[in-house]
Amino acid sequence: MTLSFAIIASVTVAAAVAAMGLRNIVHCALALTVALAGLAAAYLQLDAQFVGFAQILVYVGAVAILVVFAILLTRSGDPAHPSVLSPGWLAGAVIAVVVLGVLVYPIARSPSISRTLPPPAGATVHQIGDALMGRFVLPLEVTGLLLTVALIGAVIIAMREKEPIGTISNPGSEIANRKSQIANPP
Amino acid sequence: MSPLPGYLLLSAFLFAIGLGGALMRRNAILVLIGVELMLNAANLNFIAFWRFGAHPEALTGILFVIFSIGVAAAEAAVGLALIIAIYRHYKTTNVDEMTALKG
Amino acid sequence: MMAETLDQVFVILKHWLVGLAPSGCQPVVSALLSIVPILLAFPLLFAVTTILERKGLGRIQNRYGPNRVGLYGMLQPVADGLKTLTKEDIVPRTADEAVHFIAPVVLVVTAFLVYAVLPVGRNMVAVDLDAGVLFFFAIGAATELSVFMAGWSSRNKYSMLGAMRAIAQMISYEIPLILSAVTVIMVAGSLSMVAIVEKQAGCTGWLPNWYVFTPWGFAGFALFMIAATAESNRSPFDLPEGESEIIAGYYIEYSGFKFALFFLGEYLGLFAVSGLGITLFLGGWHAPWPFLEAIPSWAWFFAKLLALIAGFIWIRGTLPRLRMDQLMNFAWKFMLPMALINVLAAGIWHFMEPGVSRWMVGSLLVIGPYLLLGRALMEGKQFQKRTYHFAD
Repeated sequence: MTLSFAIIASVTVAAAVAAMGLRNIVHCALALTVALAGLAAAYLQLDAQFVGFAQILVYVGAVAILVVFAILLTRSGDPAHPSVLSPGWLAGAVIAVVVLGVLVYPIARSPSISRTLPPPAGATVHQIGDALMGRFVLPLEVTGLLLTVALIGAVIIAMREKEPIGTISNPGSEIANRKSQIANPP
Repeated sequence: MSPLPGYLLLSAFLFAIGLGGALMRRNAILVLIGVELMLNAANLNFIAFWRFGAHPEALTGILFVIFSIGVAAAEAAVGLALIIAIYRHYKTTNVDEMTALKG
Repeated sequence: MMAETLDQVFVILKHWLVGLAPSGCQPVVSALLSIVPILLAFPLLFAVTTILERKGLGRIQNRYGPNRVGLYGMLQPVADGLKTLTKEDIVPRTADEAVHFIAPVVLVVTAFLVYAVLPVGRNMVAVDLDAGVLFFFAIGAATELSVFMAGWSSRNKYSMLGAMRAIAQMISYEIPLILSAVTVIMVAGSLSMVAIVEKQAGCTGWLPNWYVFTPWGFAGFALFMIAATAESNRSPFDLPEGESEIIAGYYIEYSGFKFALFFLGEYLGLFAVSGLGITLFLGGWHAPWPFLEAIPSWAWFFAKLLALIAGFIWIRGTLPRLRMDQLMNFAWKFMLPMALINVLAAGIWHFMEPGVSRWMVGSLLVIGPYLLLGRALMEGKQFQKRTYHFAD
């Protein structure tokens, strides 16, 4: 295990633990950003340049900012609950440990591959573009459709609904006319 | 020795941390952060196998991850829009208090 | 021969210095020798720009700029630097100290990081990445996070408001910026900055091969520069940090050296995105015509960069500030459709035969939607007759 991989791995795991464990939720979001950037560094170490930069552009540049905006828009005024954990936290911890065991067991038990490393595959942007337009053109088009639907759907879901006409904030023309008549007697 | 088990272990740890956090925290946004961590752990797995596995010239691992990043961004957008809309109604982001469908 | 040596003088110097180092640490010395000139040249350009801007703005506004320190005020940056270094660093008591400290650091680090892919001259790029333009935009997107950190950690309602406005503006204008760069990438066929500059070599007839001298390139350059002004929070898009509006917005609570770091980061971002505009549209370090090739390539790059900076200063002194809703309308309703139509125009240009018909179709595809869209968006806006009040 090289030194650079050890550094990247420890920074990413520490940031992930901080993202899930800190009390202040904005700190959690910033720790998530560090974890995502650490993963982008891991991709760069694996010679996947395009994916690494796309990860930074999409996740750090867009998803992290989205999470931060959502945190700011949903800040409740009531003081922080004494415990940050949900009531069923013990079951959650047990499940996570079991899943970790299930994932680590085959990795530890598999025979270590002692063959020589294959030379770097050199995934240039040109090759990725060829693959996207050739073999993977259907997923590309479907992803475009999915992103359009998600964009429109997110805007509609988060839009402030119009109050029914007749309430204070949306008087409607009749009531507004009556009000102005009362305010300025002819 | 190939570095592949190192990357797989990192991916497994990240997945478990994301899963534990998503199950243990109260705030709905932190559940979403846990889900994003899980997706990223799976992406790391794909890239590691692309690099050290068979047929790296087919670029399958890289393209899968590109689409996964796109889909995860769409899912994060819709999920956060939902959380904002629910917050407007319930005035809280505590997942244990959103029990309107219970019973 | 002499011109070529002058052109490559920095490259030759670097190779000689690397040769002097022991062979074990040659890669490290080579990397350092690529990085240190960037760290020296661009802050120097920043210092020069501050004084040029203040003098330039002063003259546009019919007054002298600073003219006390040194001959014609040229030593003003030294005085500014001394002032910011010796000012007291005040951190509000309720501020989040760790995040408050890290925000300017992240901004400056990401601002410097993008210079690694800019080709400043022939063979003078720090790292020739295969996906250089993508790297540039990725690191540029990471800058927005430091804006949020600065605004939130100050625990000040005005700074939070300024930060949210700044982030909304930056992400809105990122899309026209990237789309107008995509037209160049499409026509050049590569994401590598060095390859894009090489595709713009030479002249056809008397017109240089630069992409700005095509209809879609001209529209793309205009869109790119407007989006770049908005990305750097410069006037007329400086509502998040306008001094008369929200008193410096998201960096209200910063003083002393951290404020200087924010200032530095903002200007470095401006230079970087101007450098990208030069690389994509203005032919990089190429001279316009062959008889001007005697002037070195790095001199051409910096001359173009200074010309763009002068343009930015001119626009800042001339146009009034845009309101937040006008800003967002402009980005989403005008620039985004224009950028998409520009992509279409670039594609059609690429596949037609060179000649007059190509120019006519290209110009029509660019000017037509501009007029129609502009006309449609201006309807329904009531403009009053302009009146002037002079002090009598």
